[in-house]
Formats: sequence, C-alpha cells, structure tokens
Amino acid sequence: MAVVTAVETRPRRNVELVLLVVSLGIAIGAYVLVGIAAEGQVQANWMWVGGGLAVLVLGVHAVLRVVAPYADPVILPITTAINGLGLVVIHRLDLAEETSLATRQLLWTAIGVGAAVAVLWLVRDHRILARYTWTAALLGFALLLLPLLPFIGRNIRGARIWIGLGPLSFQPGEIAKILLALFFAGYLVTARDSLALVGRRFLGLQLPRARDLGPILVAWVLSLGVLVFERDLGTSLLFFGLFVAVLYVATERTSWIVIGMGLFVAGAVLAWRIFSHVQRRVDIWLHPFEPGTFENAFQVVQGLYGMASGGLLGTGLGEGRPDIIPFAESDFIFTAIGEELGLTGIFALLLLYLILVERGLRTAIGARDGFGKLLAAGLSFTIALQCFVVAGGVTRVIPLTGLVMPFLAYGGSSLLSNWIVVAILLRISDAARRPAPAEVTG
Amino acid sequence: MSELTLTLLRLGYLALLWILVLSVVGVLRSDLFGTRVTRRPAPGTPGRGIPAPAPQRGRDTEDRKAPRTLVVTEGSLKGTSLALGQAAILIGRAPECTLVLEDDYSSNRHARLFLDAGTWLVEDLGSTNGTYLGRSKVESPTPVDIGTPVRVGRTVLELRR
Repeated sequence: MAVVTAVETRPRRNVELVLLVVSLGIAIGAYVLVGIAAEGQVQANWMWVGGGLAVLVLGVHAVLRVVAPYADPVILPITTAINGLGLVVIHRLDLAEETSLATRQLLWTAIGVGAAVAVLWLVRDHRILARYTWTAALLGFALLLLPLLPFIGRNIRGARIWIGLGPLSFQPGEIAKILLALFFAGYLVTARDSLALVGRRFLGLQLPRARDLGPILVAWVLSLGVLVFERDLGTSLLFFGLFVAVLYVATERTSWIVIGMGLFVAGAVLAWRIFSHVQRRVDIWLHPFEPGTFENAFQVVQGLYGMASGGLLGTGLGEGRPDIIPFAESDFIFTAIGEELGLTGIFALLLLYLILVERGLRTAIGARDGFGKLLAAGLSFTIALQCFVVAGGVTRVIPLTGLVMPFLAYGGSSLLSNWIVVAILLRISDAARRPAPAEVTG
Repeated sequence: MSELTLTLLRLGYLALLWILVLSVVGVLRSDLFGTRVTRRPAPGTPGRGIPAPAPQRGRDTEDRKAPRTLVVTEGSLKGTSLALGQAAILIGRAPECTLVLEDDYSSNRHARLFLDAGTWLVEDLGSTNGTYLGRSKVESPTPVDIGTPVRVGRTVLELRR
C-alpha cells in the first residue's frame, strides 16, 4: 500500500531569475566572443545590446511574478538562451556578409516578447481559449489560405507562404499553427470519446468506424492542399503531424498513429511522384555528392563540410566560415552553430530544446483539464517536430524541408509565433502547478 | 590577444552552455511537482509513518476532532487524499472540479462537500446516480461524520482526521 500526497509546490521565480542571468550570460558572452574574433577587441556596444535583451526578458520575468507566479521556472531561461544565441549567430553572419539582419531579428524579438507579455496579461485562464475553438479554426484556415490571394500573396524562392504589404512580409502560416493547435485541442477534447471508444478490434489495434475517419482525412487533404498550392513541404508536414499527435494524446489509441503514418507515407509517395520540387529534395537527400545533383545540393553539402570542420569543440564563435552556406541565417543556422561551437555546443543546444519540449509535455501531464492537456501537448509537439525536421534535414536524416528552428533561425513570423507559444505554455503550466484551486464555485 | 587566451575563451563558452544545461536539469530534479507516493508502513511497525500535517497553531484545541483530509477509499483514484481547508470541495467528472473523477458512473458535477459552522456537509448536485452517505441516499445537505463512506458513482470517499 502506498499513499499519494500532494507535494506543496513553490513558485520558484527566484530560481528562474538566476537561470535567466546564466542565459543572458550566454547571449552576451557569444556577442563578446564574436566581437573579439571579428575586430580583435570587445565591441563597444556590448552593454547596450546585452542590456536591451536583458530588459526584454526581465520584463517577461516581472510580468510572470505578477500574473503567473507558479509558471514553470525553466521555460523562459531556455527560450532566452536559444533566442540570444540565434541573435548573435545572425549578427556574426551579418559581419561576414555585410547585411543587417540581426537588427531586424532583434526588433522581432522585441515584438515577440511584447506579444508574449500581452498573452500572459490578457489570458488569465487558458480555459477561456476553449471558447474560441471554431473561431480559431476559421481564422487558422483563413490565414493558411491568405498567401494564395492574388495581390498580397508573395512567392519567395518557390514557396507561396508569405504575404506582403509594401516592404513588410509575413508568414501567416506561423500564426495559423497556434490557432490550429487551439482548434485541434478544443475539438478533440469533445470528440475524443467517439474517436477512442467506438470501433472494432483487429490485430490488437482498435480500428475506428469509417465515419470517424472524417476529421483525419480532412486534415490530410488540407495539408496536401498546402503542399500542392503553396509548395511548402514543411508547413504541410507540421500541420498533419500536429493533428495526428493531438489525436493520439486525446484518444490514447495507437491505431490513429498507424493510420496517420499510413496516410503520411501515401501522401509523401504521391508528392514525390508528382512534384519536381519534392523529387529534387529527395535527390539531394540521397545523393548529395553525385555530379547530377551537386549544384542543387550545394547548401546541404556545404553545411556538412562546415559541421565536419567544426569537429568536437568547434572553431570558436566568429572563427569559422559558415557564411559560405547560402541562407545560413535561416535554414542552416544549425550547421553554422555546429561549425563554430562543435558537437559539444550542438548537443547542449539540442538538450535545451529537449528540456523545453519536456517541460511542455510535463505541463500537459500536470494540467487539470482536458483542453489544457491537449493544447500544451500539441504546442510542445510542434516545437519538437520543427527541431526534428530542421536538424534531421541539415544532417541528412530526412529530406530537407522548409521549417525554421524555433527561436534560433532568422524569421520574424516564426519568432513572434514561438514567443506566443511559450506564453501559452507558461500560462498552462501556472495553472497546472498551482497548489489547489483557490475557490470552488457551485 | 594570444592564441591561448582565445582557446580558453572558446572552451569557457562551451562550458558556460553546459552550465546552463546542467543547472536547468538540477532545477528539474528538485522541482518535481504533482504527487509524492509514500509507502505505508506495515501494520505494527512503530513510528516512521507519513508525517502528520503540522497542526495549525491557535485553532488547535477546537479542531482536535475536525477532519483534516478527504481520502478516496475505492474507485480508480483509490489512495488519493486531499487536504481540507475552508473552501468547499466539488466532486465530479468536470475538469473544474476539485476532485476530478475518472468514473463513468458519476456525473460532471456530482456532489459538493462544504464546511458549515465547523461541520462538513455533503450535498448532491442533482447527479444521475445519486450520492450515498453510508447506506442512505443524500437528498439534502447532510453532515458527514469522520469515517462514514460517501459513495459517488463507483468512488467511495471518507473524511479522516
């Protein structure tokens, strides 16, 4: 016999503050090292740049103390460290290529942090979000289809996932990701009983009824639609993966994973047969060094060379040549870090992502309501899937697809949406870790 | 700056990255939250049991007989205990309940335990299968004695000191 007792949870905001100081040390240390490597001395403005980042994240920390005192203490420091390191690596590539992307990224970091604070401040209870299940669905699908509109949609480098107004461009799919996670969580928390309990057993799998297959087929067709019309492999993969993951968490039925994987394989083979851009990606993946594909595979190959020259300990920040890789600041920032910080640094980075995802899933386990569980699980899964797809893509585990490494890679839309994701996770974790509901009505 | 300093800085930075990772892991180790499972001592072994919750000062004398915990004795949540405070306890399947049951025979908002002038009362909230105190069905708010089983669906609860 054993007794289960509730452990008294502590807010742990002071621990968060200490970890934040270490995280800021990582960002500022990287900036100083890049300055030493580039100009032989510490850049004069390091206090301003570091101070700016510190003000932003300490602002979030202060807001957390007021509105979500029991929120998970490690989510914010990890996010800060990854975001800060990403900023410095983009700055480092700026120095080599004479661009000024880091300033824009810093601006988007500020916007993202502002959005996170707004979410934490306005959404005091995540269960309120469940009311907007169908609004989120409508808005999410609308945002997803927005780039297809004739005037504002932009086709950049073969993918039609941007909208542009004058000089500004934005990927609405990034925000759609959050809205669809909201929708999937809200919808599946009500529909899970019929999806989980009804059906026949076959070979140890509980097969659903034919009519219950509807939602997963709709999600599949929609993500194929994104692939066909917007030519974006990554987004389509992300949405379908998110849906299958939330479906599995909601129903606990392995059969949904099997069905989802089957549909995914069917879709992947179909896409490979029909579309030349998918065929090219697969060729690059399988035969990067062969004469016929070498021109297309330049980016991947150069990334591999970069990581190889970095070795175990890396060349040191600012000492390598990651700027040879085209678009090193977005898709290939992972290999840039692999080159300059080596396997040791990359493993630390991957562990930080792993812990971030783990905290999200732990929040899902601790959440007292079904909606919060599914939302936290879905959002953490999107972070995990993006990491896997990007890291797997540049290291040739899977074909390269256009997703961004959360918080690290250059891209304003992604940064904004990921800060909102973190705000929602912090909000749910606050509810999950609070000792007991303060009062019960009824 | 000499080559040696640069190398030391480079390795120092990698060390800093790992310091963050390890300190985060350290925080997680000491931050396991939720429930703690303690083994109950075999009957007869003296002492070393579950430490009783520290008695609250001031209210000690009058509350000697007041129940301190609500314990689930049957059903899927068997073994769960809840510390009693001043707030009422809502029992049912709905996520907003204080005690959320995974019990197909209970209603969403099944029953409520609340404190009235120092005694805990149980009230049925119009549940489908009813709430039973001992053997009698609860029709109106009824005082609950320590140790009397309260049946909600397939779950049985008990007040303990």
